[in-house]
Amino acid sequence: MSSTVLDLKGLMCPLPVVKIANAIKKVEIGELIEATASDPGVLADIPAWARSSGNELVTMEKVEGKVIRFVVKRIR
Amino acid sequence: MKSDPNAPKRLALIASKGTLDWAYPPFILASAAAAMGWEVGVFFTFYGLTLLLNKVDAEVTPLGNPAMPMKMPFGPQGFQDINWPIPTAMMGVPGFNALATGLMKQTFKNKGVASIEELRDICVESGARMIGCQMTMDVFGFKKEDFIPNIEVAGAAAFLEYAADADVSLFI
Repeated sequence: MSSTVLDLKGLMCPLPVVKIANAIKKVEIGELIEATASDPGVLADIPAWARSSGNELVTMEKVEGKVIRFVVKRIR
Repeated sequence: MKSDPNAPKRLALIASKGTLDWAYPPFILASAAAAMGWEVGVFFTFYGLTLLLNKVDAEVTPLGNPAMPMKMPFGPQGFQDINWPIPTAMMGVPGFNALATGLMKQTFKNKGVASIEELRDICVESGARMIGCQMTMDVFGFKKEDFIPNIEVAGAAAFLEYAADADVSLFI
């Protein structure tokens, strides 16, 4: 379902947010980006980015180890 | 009060320090705000102005920074966890700043933190306004060509006019 998959593991603040912001400009409105990250800061930062930039955080979950998986949707 | 209620959020920063540790906050905040769709302007003044030089030589020292952790970025985890007690007299030894700077850069790299140059490039590419202080340039003898391209040069009144419409203003 997701059209773009991003691996943000190993990157720390503010790079996950910067990379998501760049990636969302390259997909069409309504499309999804699926990403994995290891910086626990994304648990707070990606929701804040979504609210502030007017996009949607569809899901966010901790998977194995330190990895966090989330899906964002381009709204505007 | 914003003069245009429909304008995007705006961040106005003053970057006044030129050491490696204090170089991070303005570039991290500016790049994050730009990623969130905000307008961003950073006014680089006094020692902060050196962060706009073509080559950033920002260093860090534990001298006068007693809370700074001194840890090694290599070796077994137990070794890396040691916070080395550095006597103040050691900090005056030639080469100590270079050593402390090298260790901090290596630690940041190991942990996945971007370099200052990388963060600065991100800020410039995302359209953040990089504004150099005219007075600082004159006082310290810098020329426009000493700095990265596309910076603006302005003074206190120009920054204040920009900051008056900002949602977040910070002095760093």
